[in-house]
Amino acid sequence: MNAARRIVIAGLGTMLLRPAGAAPETLRVAIEKFAAGAAPQTGRVTLEIAPLVDNGNVVPVTIRVASPMTAEDHVRAIALFNEHNPNTEMAIFHLGPRSGRATVSTRVRLATSQQIVALAKMSDGSVWQHRVDVIVTLAACIES
Amino acid sequence: MTRAIVFAPKSARRGDVIEIRATIQHPMETGYRWDGKGGLVGRDIVSRLECRYEGELVFAVDLWQAIAANPMVSFFTIATTSGTLELKWTGDHGFAHTETAALTVE
Repeated sequence: MNAARRIVIAGLGTMLLRPAGAAPETLRVAIEKFAAGAAPQTGRVTLEIAPLVDNGNVVPVTIRVASPMTAEDHVRAIALFNEHNPNTEMAIFHLGPRSGRATVSTRVRLATSQQIVALAKMSDGSVWQHRVDVIVTLAACIES
Repeated sequence: MTRAIVFAPKSARRGDVIEIRATIQHPMETGYRWDGKGGLVGRDIVSRLECRYEGELVFAVDLWQAIAANPMVSFFTIATTSGTLELKWTGDHGFAHTETAALTVE
């Protein structure tokens, strides 16, 4: 098999991988990029999401972070990532001392049963996380 | 015309932490759906929501395709002074929409 054919086949392989759903590898890369050098520690963050989801098209999510939210000690950003949706990032919230409380909510789509990760980046650079495994009964992808 | 709802208190005491919920009408088209004619329906999402309180940015969120249609975001801010809360959504294909809410702070 010559080099050109090998490259084409490798390229096709990458193409087939993407729509099927991002892998744990891209989740790891996204976490590293958000954490910007800090190693994520588990704690301080609570990711509230139903462990069993009936409808993956609209899944309520709330993320609470324990923080005094003062100018000296506050949450700078909260990231919401997933494992198996076609795209890893779901939302990144930008907070500050004006926020008063580090609690955010939204509604997301889940393509399949997977792990959801919430990360909080603090003003001192530390990063905290909470991972939740979610089972999805009706996936958001079925609607095509 | 795009519809959007901002849920925020009309008045608060100085220093109160108030909740703001903002929902906007938008399909949040992921770009992964098939159009039934052999092609993909193009991506069309709201990608950012910003909240300005008397002109100062107090909250922002970047959104991706995984956010459900008619995106709702809830967040908190401290009631500091009477004034205007301005919520601005921006997204693909030059989408932009702004809603304001008046807040009285005693």
